[in-house]
Amino acid sequence: MARAVTPARKSINTAAAWTVALIIFFPILWTILTSFKPEPVAVASPPVFLNFDWSFENYETVIQQRGYGQFFWNSMVIAFGSTILGMIIAIPSAWAMAFVHGKRTKDLLMWMLSTKMMPAAGVLVPIYLIAVYFKILDTRFLLTIVLMLMNLPIIIWMLYTYFREIPVDILEAARMDGASLTNEILYVLTPMAVPGIASTLLLNVILAWNESFWTLNLTAFNAAPLTKFIAGFSSPQGLFYAKLSAASVMAFLPIMILGWFSQKQLVRGLTFGAVK
Amino acid sequence: MGRITLDKVSKSFGEVNVIPPLDLTIEDGEFVVFVGPSGCGKSTLLRLIAGLEDITSGQIRIDGNDATHMPPAKRGLAMVFQSYALYPHMSVKKNIAFPMKMAGVDPAEQERRIKSAAEALNLTAYLDRRPGQLSGGQRQRVAIGRAIVREPAAFLFDEPLSNLDAALRVGMRLEISELHNRLETTMIYVTHDQVEAMTMADKIVVLQAGVIEQVGSPMELYHKPRNAFVAGFIGSPKMNLIGGAEAAKHNAATIGVRPEHIAVSATEGTWKGTIGVSEHLGSDTFFHVHGTGLADAMTIRAGGEVDLHHGDTVFLTPDADKIHRFDKEGLRIE
Ligand SMILES: Nc1ncnc2c1ncn2[C@@H]1O[C@H](COP(=O)(O)OP(=O)(O)OP(=O)(O)O)[C@@H](O)[C@H]1O
Ligand SMILES: [Mg+2]
Repeated sequence: MARAVTPARKSINTAAAWTVALIIFFPILWTILTSFKPEPVAVASPPVFLNFDWSFENYETVIQQRGYGQFFWNSMVIAFGSTILGMIIAIPSAWAMAFVHGKRTKDLLMWMLSTKMMPAAGVLVPIYLIAVYFKILDTRFLLTIVLMLMNLPIIIWMLYTYFREIPVDILEAARMDGASLTNEILYVLTPMAVPGIASTLLLNVILAWNESFWTLNLTAFNAAPLTKFIAGFSSPQGLFYAKLSAASVMAFLPIMILGWFSQKQLVRGLTFGAVK
Repeated sequence: MGRITLDKVSKSFGEVNVIPPLDLTIEDGEFVVFVGPSGCGKSTLLRLIAGLEDITSGQIRIDGNDATHMPPAKRGLAMVFQSYALYPHMSVKKNIAFPMKMAGVDPAEQERRIKSAAEALNLTAYLDRRPGQLSGGQRQRVAIGRAIVREPAAFLFDEPLSNLDAALRVGMRLEISELHNRLETTMIYVTHDQVEAMTMADKIVVLQAGVIEQVGSPMELYHKPRNAFVAGFIGSPKMNLIGGAEAAKHNAATIGVRPEHIAVSATEGTWKGTIGVSEHLGSDTFFHVHGTGLADAMTIRAGGEVDLHHGDTVFLTPDADKIHRFDKEGLRIE
């Protein structure tokens, strides 16, 4: 029998849970509300909650005058491009580290992780100069490569952890069955690791989507993603809170929708794996 | 064809030498069983043959070709694992088809072989299921099916039955023996169960600490164990090994008598003792006799209808022709 819970206690718990959830969600909610306000109402004091003229005007302005489409497309290319490229490199690497580990594998993994501890600002100048030298500054190509390199250690680590769960016997069986290394990874390892690969993919798309240090510093306009789009509203001509909010909503909405849908996919994938 | 030759093959894991240099020839079509206590290197030896482990020194030849550095995929051998190692994300049919897909077998031929393997192994009804939806015995049959369709030079089995219950084990043992009779393909079978070894093998290889103690047919090993280790390992229940004065009477350091070669009587005999545990199996009775002064407990195998019980005093008489003699090093004296 489960622990007995009195109705009173249950309602207190529920109320507490909702309060915490609301506090955490409040900034996002406020941003969404603000995005529908006229500019003066957005900065009104005391703040106005729901009682204002709701309008899509900010969104229209933002989309038409600031070229949202271009930024959105850049974000898509950079986030998915860097993640997929990273996966192509990380799957074989994680395979090697999980299944043919040598004496130095652990050290190698630790070293890779340690590169994440280095402040990004420390390598900004060299990377900037390299980009200038190769004339690839402000290109999606550069951003895709840089973000891929930044997230590669995390991708490899995540995949490594998932691969460790897969029984070696099954890979050995594939080898006995005549599978080449490529076929072993393609037909046996990857399908078995689908839930792990999916969550790695998702996490890295989110990381790359939200990344702002490199995207702000290495792009001007051509390759500028949504992070730059938002930053553009805190311009010297004065702050436009309502438009900034609309821009923010449009920046995080796609990734939230993606997260929402893939969350269901992921849970399904994970339970499927559990039944085996 | 499947003639496998090991020439001074050795294996070390880092500093630890698991298999000292060893020679062994497995003839085409033979059913060879590797048997020995846990940790003696049976699996390692099998994996060396499979190519799943690199050998430290020596040479492996398959049908005369040097296979020492060949990857497993190129050796033309099929393996059945203790854990079944089926692909969990593929249907039974796809599991069985996988090696043929890898080999690029033409689809019509694939269908034909899947059909015949499924019929032979009673899997026809399960072809669309996933491995997770099968019982242990069915999974093991799928693993065997996956091995058969490759038409390999030899089958390698690593304790394939040890995850099954006793009844199923006996059934599968027969199925594998029948499969061997039908296909006449070389099979190498690893087990620590000496009953499996005795019942299935054409040739048994007894291993201890990576060293081959004896190679021979089940009956050779039973009648002429080369040393005391093999004598104790082959045969069930175990042979009684007796040292001291009694052995000296036979000019040996140790003598061995199998439980079935000792007559038991309530009235007269060579050795006297008291029955401890008696196990009545219906067809046979096993007595554990204490107080003989020969060994802690002597095991005796008697007929099913012997009227002797716990606590009875009994007399034991060994069959003089069936006494095995071993010297100080444990080697057989003829
Ligand atoms: N990868 C490895 N690294 C180090 N030592 C190993 C490795 N694999 C096996 N060994 C050692 O080699 C010895 C032989 O192992 P092996 O698995 O061949 O034994 P086995 O006869 O199959 O035993 P069992 O009947 O328990 O399966 C053991 O002492 C084991 O500890
Ligand atoms: Mg083993």
